[in-house]
Amino acid sequence: MASIKIQCLIVASTGFLLNACDGVFPDAPAENELLDGPIEGLSFPEQNVFLAGDVAFNDEVFTSESGLGPLFVATSCGSCHPGDGKGHPFTTLTRFGQTSPNQSTNVPKGAPQLQNKAIPGFVPEQLPAGMPFMKFTPPAVTGLGLLAALTDEQILENADPSDSDDDGISGVPNFINPPGYFQPQWFHRQINGRFIGRFGKKAAAIDLLQQTSTAYNQDMGITSTFEPLDVATGLTIDPEVSDQTIRDVVFYLRTLKAPIQRDPEAADVIQGQRLFNEIKCGSCHLSSWTTPESDITTLSNKTFHPYTDLLLHDMGPELDDGATEGSAETYEWRTPPLWGLGLSPDSQGGEFFLMHDGRAKSIEEAILMHGGEAATSRDSFEKLSDPEKQMLLTFLKSL
Amino acid sequence: MKIFISIYKVGCLLFFIGLNPWLFAQEADSLQLQLNMDAVYNRPFLYEGSFPVAVGGYIEAHGEYFVSDGITEGVSFKIPRMTLFVSSTILDRLKFLSEIEFEEGTKEINIEFAALDFEFHPLINLRGGIIMNPIGAFNQNHDGPKWEFVDRPISATTIIPSTFSNVGFGLHGKTYQDQWVWAYEAYVTNGFDDKIITNSEGRTWLPATKENTDRFEENFNAVPLITLKTAIRHRKIGEIGLSWMGDVYNKYEEDGLMLDEKRRLDVVAIDFNSSAIKNLDIIGEWVWAFIDVPTTYSQQFGTQQQGGFIDFVYTIVKSKMLGWENAKVNLAVRLEHVDYNVGSFVETGGSIHDDVQAIVPAISFRPSSQSVIRANYRYTWQTDLLGNPAVRTAGFQIGISSYF
Repeated sequence: MASIKIQCLIVASTGFLLNACDGVFPDAPAENELLDGPIEGLSFPEQNVFLAGDVAFNDEVFTSESGLGPLFVATSCGSCHPGDGKGHPFTTLTRFGQTSPNQSTNVPKGAPQLQNKAIPGFVPEQLPAGMPFMKFTPPAVTGLGLLAALTDEQILENADPSDSDDDGISGVPNFINPPGYFQPQWFHRQINGRFIGRFGKKAAAIDLLQQTSTAYNQDMGITSTFEPLDVATGLTIDPEVSDQTIRDVVFYLRTLKAPIQRDPEAADVIQGQRLFNEIKCGSCHLSSWTTPESDITTLSNKTFHPYTDLLLHDMGPELDDGATEGSAETYEWRTPPLWGLGLSPDSQGGEFFLMHDGRAKSIEEAILMHGGEAATSRDSFEKLSDPEKQMLLTFLKSL
Repeated sequence: MKIFISIYKVGCLLFFIGLNPWLFAQEADSLQLQLNMDAVYNRPFLYEGSFPVAVGGYIEAHGEYFVSDGITEGVSFKIPRMTLFVSSTILDRLKFLSEIEFEEGTKEINIEFAALDFEFHPLINLRGGIIMNPIGAFNQNHDGPKWEFVDRPISATTIIPSTFSNVGFGLHGKTYQDQWVWAYEAYVTNGFDDKIITNSEGRTWLPATKENTDRFEENFNAVPLITLKTAIRHRKIGEIGLSWMGDVYNKYEEDGLMLDEKRRLDVVAIDFNSSAIKNLDIIGEWVWAFIDVPTTYSQQFGTQQQGGFIDFVYTIVKSKMLGWENAKVNLAVRLEHVDYNVGSFVETGGSIHDDVQAIVPAISFRPSSQSVIRANYRYTWQTDLLGNPAVRTAGFQIGISSYF
């Protein structure tokens, strides 16, 4: 009897194991369902640096022993950008201190960013009473290398400060005073001592080194040789992250792949894209760019589709928070890239938190919050039939 | 705060019950009435003549292959631990036992247990030295050869940081009546430190406290860890245990300077096991941890954790096999759940996740009760803090473990 049981067991086990490779291991999600991963064509040495940056970005969690804080917002890069996607209101940044363009005096203590958390035994910052502020939901970080590879000239080609073509759209760059460590590249253009910002909700960061160093410092309270001031005291302290780590992270951000559109051939997606252009969303959310030569070979001469012009636009009084950065007006916001928009719920806990501060809980709600230069497009959207609206939303979710 | 007071009261109640010798009359010990607390002595030892010292140990080794969302690290072989026991009956009612563990080769070498037991009365035994805090059942009854699964339960290693040992003293005892045995344990030991909320896991992580090897030399703060457990067993039904441990985990004072408020950690566990159904063993444990995390710290560090596991082990064959008398083949399954952060986000009101679920079907062959060849399939769903799509990990593990 026992031997029969054992034989049955062996047969069952063998059958199970023979089928084991088919379905018992979880498949990788489709490439177009993921935001993380490197751009195609990296060399072996480049993949090694990418991996080092990946570990620093996604795996390194700072503690009080490794330099966290004492005042901070988040404990790691990955906690703000899960899966390299958009962040959750739980790690929203609060920016304050500048209430008019180019303001460099009367900046209150603690500016430009509120560190609203503290390690045990310390007290987090409080926003000065009555101080205007902006809240920034962390953006996705994919495809940034392609945007970083563009030339300032390319960005300026789309600027139209005085709306000379009378289309109601007047994109302007945000001119930023560069930090001391900024090293201009051949594609940067200095204008009156300042450079064009292209990263961040207000386009306040000129390049990814500035963006990364500032995030380490202001978000996690981590000092570096680039940003040596402790956010709690305003005094210099020893670097808490190495130059190499920061440069690895910058390389990682430069070489993250661009989001891949899903179902681009679907009829609804094609119709939605047509409507998107018809109601002139594409005037600011510029679909296509092509990179020039880059020091990273695989970034060179690439045509990509971020749906942004990297310029500031008047978004109307409803989106005027009374605070700003660089030369931007308080009501001006950089056109956010729309690529990866449909994957936002996969990094925002199953929900949408859109617009600069996550106030919109759906794509449609976000569209309806557009004002200023985008009011005409918003009104056109409202006039679409329900099926047309659905097609437009389907297109946006495919990005 | 109320919940901590309630837990404290429960703890006191357990302690009071534990010291009440009139509840049960005395009766001789027996193997059928072994409790989890007896696991430390309920091990095979090698005796040599009249030599007063006995030695023993166990080893665990396994190979595994896992795939996580389509990506694999390939095949890997591990020796999670090799443990040596040394025991001695110094006098008739004075015993010593030690357990030294070598983890992952010699990556970690720990004295998990090294204690003297003075028996004054079956209900009153004084234990001192390095003890395993009796929280839940697994922490005391963790020997690899006893289990049908390659990995230890998640909740028993990441909420209860098994194996969790500390230096201290306490009392234990038990008493019998008819089919019943009842026991208690009560210890005061060194305890936790603030690494439980300042660690590179980025979550409240009680195992991080084990990095503090100074806890065998001095208490991290002035407050001792109190651990209380009571358990009752019926010969035919099974055993149920209730346990609690509580401590102030942070350094709130140094050199007379107040650095912070006192912040408490309380852990409550219930464990059970039963062999009431023929050929079927059911073993389970559930634990709740309550941690006073500063409200100004990150919400990613949970103020409450909970989790547990339940094992079903069914013996399908018990006979002479391949020349081994009393060999067994068992089928088993383990269900596991751990939530590292019970609560909701202040900003959105949505649930905080950071949880893990797993199902582990297994098969084992036991040439004897002290040795096992085991294989299991493990499928795990791990959800991040925000509740984004779970990372799915699955794979096979095949291992061996035996006392020696």
